[in-house]
Amino acid sequence: MNISNTDIVLSVARLCKYYDGIKALDSVSLQVSRGELFGLIGPDSAGKTTLMRLALGLIKADSGDIRIFGFDPQRQAMRVKELTGYISQRFSLYPDLSIAENLRFFAELYLVPASLRRQREEELMQFSRLSPFRQRRAGQLSGGMKQKLALCCTLIHTPQLIILDEPTTGVDPVSRREFWDILHKLKSDGISILISTPYMDEAQQCDRVALMHSGKIFADAKPDQLPALFQGILLEITGADLLAARKQLTASGISPRQIHYLSDRLRLIIPSKDEEEQVKSILGTDKWSVRLAVPSIEDTFVERISRG
Amino acid sequence: MDITTDNNLAVSANQLTKHFGSFTAVDRINLNVRNGEIFGFLGANGAGKTTAIRMFCGLLKPTSGEAWVDGLSVNTDSERVKQRIGYMSQRFSLYEDLTVMENLTFFGGVYGLKRHQTDERAEPLLERLELKAWRRRLTRDLPLGFKQRLALGCATLHNPRILFLDEPTGGVDPAARREFWDLIYSLAEAGSTVFVTTHYMDEAEYCHRISIMKDGAIVALDSPSALKSKFNRNSLQEVFFKAVAG
Ligand SMILES: Nc1ncnc2c1ncn2[C@@H]1O[C@H](COP(=O)(O)OP(=O)(O)OP(=O)(O)O)[C@@H](O)[C@H]1O
Ligand SMILES: [Mg+2]
Repeated sequence: MNISNTDIVLSVARLCKYYDGIKALDSVSLQVSRGELFGLIGPDSAGKTTLMRLALGLIKADSGDIRIFGFDPQRQAMRVKELTGYISQRFSLYPDLSIAENLRFFAELYLVPASLRRQREEELMQFSRLSPFRQRRAGQLSGGMKQKLALCCTLIHTPQLIILDEPTTGVDPVSRREFWDILHKLKSDGISILISTPYMDEAQQCDRVALMHSGKIFADAKPDQLPALFQGILLEITGADLLAARKQLTASGISPRQIHYLSDRLRLIIPSKDEEEQVKSILGTDKWSVRLAVPSIEDTFVERISRG
Repeated sequence: MDITTDNNLAVSANQLTKHFGSFTAVDRINLNVRNGEIFGFLGANGAGKTTAIRMFCGLLKPTSGEAWVDGLSVNTDSERVKQRIGYMSQRFSLYEDLTVMENLTFFGGVYGLKRHQTDERAEPLLERLELKAWRRRLTRDLPLGFKQRLALGCATLHNPRILFLDEPTGGVDPAARREFWDLIYSLAEAGSTVFVTTHYMDEAEYCHRISIMKDGAIVALDSPSALKSKFNRNSLQEVFFKAVAG
């Protein structure tokens, strides 16, 4: 196969896409290198799915440039199809076919040699824990089991670039961990992965993460570097009856940009030092303790979204 | 204890079982959920959570065993059970080609509300769910996080005392998930019982008590902190790994 020998697998430059005059992608640029695990995170309608569909050549950009292994997904669609695998958010299986039949169907579709197929099928059945249900029709599987079968079908041929649009939604924690083990294994075989996810623990496992919002990429960094982008102050309140603490703050006119409960504490994102002092004086020191917390990727994400 | 007369229980199951042919999807489960509790119903994929919830909601007949919801038997009183509860299914069952308001009107009708009752309740509900600006928009055009809030709205319009939420936050981004849990807290604070499934372990931390299911059976049930000390693990994620994968 004549893959150009650059190490850039996916390259996107100043890409724009409009739907009915609304900008879905606003001059997006990014690069994914060979063997890189690249994460896209962002709220709904941030443009992640649009970006993936453009990369696959399923839709056309209004301007800008996109290349997969140097190929234009619009004009060299066949090459791109051979080299990529894709799971869409709403992947549909054949409900009347059994798990085994669905897998076989995809293996044939992607021309997986029979000699390889067995081993691949075994591996995939193992990780997904679907083995005992091989003969069950896809239509009778639970939500998460369907999602796992969809994953298996995409991974049955071994593409060079895998594009995964929220593949683990509805998948339980054990299978999610095993799915990520597979991704890491694929990566160590030199396969590149572009993945979107709403799970921040998955974002943490990527080599690089782009934060998308309203069609733009506003950060593109290693996961550990993201919390540095947090603007404002993250306060953590502990003590009994946090609901009362919250009510007291609201009554005193404190309106944090974001507020949320963890099991035993309340967290607030506030804009400045002044509010921090205010919160401390409102709550006092008897019932509650107030301290600064270190923002996580999730806090950074939420804080960035709250700024609009 | 005579469960049927214990007014403090919102949901209770006694040896509740469901077979599909020779396959056992739900295997003699027992649980009691108190009024006002936020109960997390966790478990592996295919463990039987949705199947159990459908039995609690009066949508699926148990093969054997019994369950009571708001004091009513799901075996003998399934029609009345349906009126007492709100149910949000794993794939939010909204009509994509109806507007936001039309969906509310439709579900109001399903739950036996008169048209004017629906209209009166829809206003403050849309306000609370921050969906006011979207009321005339087609549901299919809503971002996922909004659809999910609308689905919650449709399930709560008739002021049910007990809410069954089957993976209400699947695929929803972290900011929207936090907002959604804020809504769940305010519902519980107002006296509703919330029975919720999730695969997000940080959400499990928000629950008063949780159960973990595997192969149709409940393998752990307690408060998050009690489970952590029982399993000698620091996080619910670790507890889950231990309970499900061994
Ligand atoms: N109509 C049916 N016929 C046969 N088997 C079924 C049927 N409905 C469900 N099952 C099986 O029952 C088991 C439990 O499914 P259920 O949907 O309750 O799981 P779940 O715990 O909700 O899983 P998930 O986390 O993936 O949503 C699965 O093995 C599923 O394939
Ligand atoms: Mg389910």
